[in-house]
Amino acid sequence: MSFIRKKLDEIRRPFEKGQKWEKFAPAINAFDTFLFVPNHTTHKGAHVRDAVDLKRTMITVVLALMPALVYGIYNTGYQHFIQLGGVFTFMDAFLHGAMKVVPMIIVSYVVGLSIEFAFAVYRGHEVNEGYLVTGLLIPMIMPVDIPLWMVAISVAFAVLIAKEAFGGTGMNILNPALTARAFAFFAYPTYMSGNKVWVSEATTLDGVSGETILGSLAAGQEVSYTTMDMFQGGIPGSIAETSALWIVVGALMLIATGVASWRIMVGGVIGASIMGFLFNLWGANALMQFDWFNHLVVGGFAFGIVFMATDPVSAAQTEKGKWVYGILVGIFCIMIRVFNPAYPEGVMLAILLMNVFAPTIDHYVVEANINRRKKRWAKAQLKTA
Amino acid sequence: MTSKKSNNKPLFFFVNKEKEPLFSKKNRALLTDPLDDNNPITVQVLGICSALAITVQLKPAIVMSISVMAVMAASNVIISLLRNLIPNRIRIIVQLVVVASMVILVDQVLRAYAYDVSKELSIFIGLIITNCIVMGRLEAFALGNGVWKSFLDGIGNAAGYGVLLIAVAFFRELLGSGKLFGIQVIPDAFYEMGYVNNGLMLLSPMALITVGIIIWLQRARNRKLIEKN
Repeated sequence: MSFIRKKLDEIRRPFEKGQKWEKFAPAINAFDTFLFVPNHTTHKGAHVRDAVDLKRTMITVVLALMPALVYGIYNTGYQHFIQLGGVFTFMDAFLHGAMKVVPMIIVSYVVGLSIEFAFAVYRGHEVNEGYLVTGLLIPMIMPVDIPLWMVAISVAFAVLIAKEAFGGTGMNILNPALTARAFAFFAYPTYMSGNKVWVSEATTLDGVSGETILGSLAAGQEVSYTTMDMFQGGIPGSIAETSALWIVVGALMLIATGVASWRIMVGGVIGASIMGFLFNLWGANALMQFDWFNHLVVGGFAFGIVFMATDPVSAAQTEKGKWVYGILVGIFCIMIRVFNPAYPEGVMLAILLMNVFAPTIDHYVVEANINRRKKRWAKAQLKTA
Repeated sequence: MTSKKSNNKPLFFFVNKEKEPLFSKKNRALLTDPLDDNNPITVQVLGICSALAITVQLKPAIVMSISVMAVMAASNVIISLLRNLIPNRIRIIVQLVVVASMVILVDQVLRAYAYDVSKELSIFIGLIITNCIVMGRLEAFALGNGVWKSFLDGIGNAAGYGVLLIAVAFFRELLGSGKLFGIQVIPDAFYEMGYVNNGLMLLSPMALITVGIIIWLQRARNRKLIEKN
């Protein structure tokens, strides 16, 4: 270990204070702390330091994303080959999917990290690790056939407007990954919705029936998948959103390590279930008649509530606020799905909307707490008087 | 000393101060300040509504800028002429009447000579009257300054507004529909290679974001505009 440390110190010598490449210190520091925990001590405030820093937290999220990503890569190939017909093995499907998905991930990381590094050097602060997660999330929530340059522009927009404009990691109001998707959704609608975009290379096949379940419901078509299909995830959709099963595995990892808030996840499921159940009772159109438990496993709801809504920066911060926030995400998600056939998927807009309201929720939770304690104090004053 | 000073005094008894040249440094600042340091849109954040509404294409944006310039210059001059006659209590009503008549004049001229553009701009020409920049300059400047200065101030602020409008419209039309002044500028070869126009640019949120980016760039360059808190 000390050998590696020595070698690294040698490499970073020209970047030290007063040396010739001092300007680029943030960039080299980022790589350095990526390999070794930095040797800093606390200068002020609380002197208790947790062994887990931001970098390790983010890596945990990346690990939790892996099951859904691997399944998503397989599903990409699977959807392609079942539309093609004929026999294929697991490896065929997986390799086809990897050919499609890996370039998207590379583009997302290269574009996003170059902007992050450029800003870190320009502003003279450290590179933050938040992008490791964002950069992986963005390709995971895109349709597989989206051109790579659109991914690049969406990433650039998200990092610049959603993150750097507000001051970088930890300061953003909106979830950057969802901002990227929302940008792509409104800028290039023909590549982000419809019945052709969810199956890889659908334009070269004829007679594709690759509509997402929510899309075909909104269009008033029959859905031939069972609840089990929807749960396992062998259905068309954005790359990694389809399999509720593997998303739940990721969710358990996040909850077990304490990285993501279980209150938001449970709140979201409760909100969506209640809303879905109420709409089942109403039952005025195909989406309203769609069983409430099916609503939980189709589309991006599971992925969104586990990996996006729990983003610690843009979500509510207080414990009670997290419940309110989660439940409202669930309610709005189902409402947008049911009431607006132009947006068959509601979770993206629901989470972005609640991101905006998260500080308001926190404000009222804190105010309520202050008022409660004031009342208690007044009562105690009365008793002693 | 005192005798020398009295010698320098103007001879005509009715001129009580030295005459300022037409384009003195102060007067030039009235024209150039609103372009950058005191831009009505990016610094004072006024007139945002019309900047969102009519910046989808370049042509209406330019016509709008010229119309606003005409209205602002004319009403600034008229209010400045009347500034000592207007009772303080009803000054807003008087300003409104003046601005409204100027807007109607501009509207009629457009209908007569540029009917297509007039139809395209439809209600937004009429809505110049609600443009906060017009009323703002009348209140803040024309009521307290001379005719020539008010005229320059009107032209300057309208130019600051127009520059921004045109810049936003340029990017929105170029990226949103691949055209400038309605003529396609992005070559067909690009589209064949898979380039697609950005639909978000045609929606008004993107105008707000474009204005935001311009504000960001302007403040990164011009550090004294950054608010301290």
